[in-house]
Amino acid sequence: MNSKGYKKDFPVYQKYPDLVYLDNAATSQRPQLVIDAVNEYYANENANPFRGIYELSDISTKAYENARETVRGFIGAKSIREIIFTRNTTESLNLIAYTYGRDNIDKGDEILVCISEHHSDLLPWQRLAHNTGAVLKYLECSESGEYSVQDLKNALTPHTRLFAIAQVSNVFGQANLIREFTDICHSNGTVVVCDGAQSVSHMPVDVKDLGVDFFAFSGHKMYAPMGIGVLYGREDLLEKMSPFLYGGEMIEYVTRENATYAQLPHKFEAGTVNVGGAVGLGAAIKYISGIGFDVIQERERQLTLMAFEKMQEIPHIRIVGSPDPQKHHGLITFTLEGVHPHDVGAVFDADGIAIRAGHHCAQPLHQYLKIQSTARMSLAFYNDEKDIESFICTLKTIRRRMGYDR
Amino acid sequence: MTDNFYNEILIDHNLHPLHLHELPCATCSNEGINPSCGDQLSLHLVIDKDIITQGSFTGVGCAVSQASTDIMLDLIIGKTPQRAMELCQLFSKMISGEITEAELEELEEAGALQNISKMPARVKCAMLGWNTLKKLLAESI
Ligand SMILES: Cc1ncc(COP(=O)(O)O)c(C=O)c1O
Repeated sequence: MNSKGYKKDFPVYQKYPDLVYLDNAATSQRPQLVIDAVNEYYANENANPFRGIYELSDISTKAYENARETVRGFIGAKSIREIIFTRNTTESLNLIAYTYGRDNIDKGDEILVCISEHHSDLLPWQRLAHNTGAVLKYLECSESGEYSVQDLKNALTPHTRLFAIAQVSNVFGQANLIREFTDICHSNGTVVVCDGAQSVSHMPVDVKDLGVDFFAFSGHKMYAPMGIGVLYGREDLLEKMSPFLYGGEMIEYVTRENATYAQLPHKFEAGTVNVGGAVGLGAAIKYISGIGFDVIQERERQLTLMAFEKMQEIPHIRIVGSPDPQKHHGLITFTLEGVHPHDVGAVFDADGIAIRAGHHCAQPLHQYLKIQSTARMSLAFYNDEKDIESFICTLKTIRRRMGYDR
Repeated sequence: MTDNFYNEILIDHNLHPLHLHELPCATCSNEGINPSCGDQLSLHLVIDKDIITQGSFTGVGCAVSQASTDIMLDLIIGKTPQRAMELCQLFSKMISGEITEAELEELEEAGALQNISKMPARVKCAMLGWNTLKKLLAESI
């Protein structure tokens, strides 16, 4: 595996040549090419898009709309009218709750949410339920993180209006059976919201194949800048939804008393938009396409397998989720007996290795699994075998360094 | 960079905490939560004639929060609530890196946590027990 080839695309490794970065699920690093694309936009094409009746504003508008087209192609949406730029996954999901949710969900209706959802795909629904009097229900998974078709069928009722599920869980790394679940939900008249934050950088996504009604993801977990995210929504649903934020750019005509709203997707993009971020996201998608998901998936699969097998040989390690390494998409969550995850993380940090420790914004899941908190290593294709070796090497020493087995 | 920060004092208090137990006779208790990890800790004291005569804590936490709380209880048992409050202030001062050598002496073993001042990510862990104590004393003094 020639990893130098990819690490050299990422300037962080020039500043910190020995960095072992295994917190990609929190945010990825950014390649020079993305940073350059953002710089070039601000240097050469910057003006307020849509507003100006001059050339530079047109150039800026084109840069933004080209990025939208790139995103459309990346997730296989039918139309650019279905691609809304947001700040991140969290904002995309809140947008749905505030607009679709408030317009369509009433007292007595039910919202079904997977127990392993990130707080970003849980709190908007919890809040919506509180505000409308709807009932929030949880779909529970097996200990290995799997959701069964039968459990879903049992959980759906004639009142279930909306089902929220991550394509890949940020704790289990498990890829869910989105297509099957979507078909079942649709035959029940239930709308499906899919959180793609942990999937889009690891596997090819086609929203038509998945069949989902809404799909949310963040740029910063897929090599693009922070502050740009995407909401995909089926056009017929978006068309009927009320706007989210009100202000400039999202209107057609305004009088003292009233306003009519802009066409899709601008109806949902109030105020001056993040053109630099969108341009960076477009560049990141082109970078990913240049490498290819076949390469990305194969590298991540090999690294995961290597880490998984070595971790299984270390006493006192418990891996959370499936015993099958193939089911872990880019991340492995674990506990080390006797050592609190924060201390695990601190010892890794002492050795220059970045991992995540805590509840990973999934407290209800940790409560369900009866684990206080966990540690998590998460990969990108630019990681290499040496990163995994360093990780394993430190992991083996932690209990001793914390005073055990001396 | 931070390795020797898990020194023997900290490790020993984490593995063998003297004060980690229930305290049925407690005259006051309080709960603290560290939102970054969800760790919860309860602090229990017996205050008798203006002296903290007994103290304990319960709950789970990282080595830093557990050891810090255990060391804190060592330090404040036998003291007046006012003196314990002063020690809380000194500990905060140490964690924000503003303590003098003389003041550090007053903190005794708690001085073993001085290096936390260089680790912003762990400050909340080190402060958990002390902040809980501060709230508890503020309510009962
Ligand atoms: C599954 C999942 N959903 C949502 C989020 C939230 O993403 P963001 O913080 O970019 O909004 C994350 C990442 O933290 C995640 O892993």
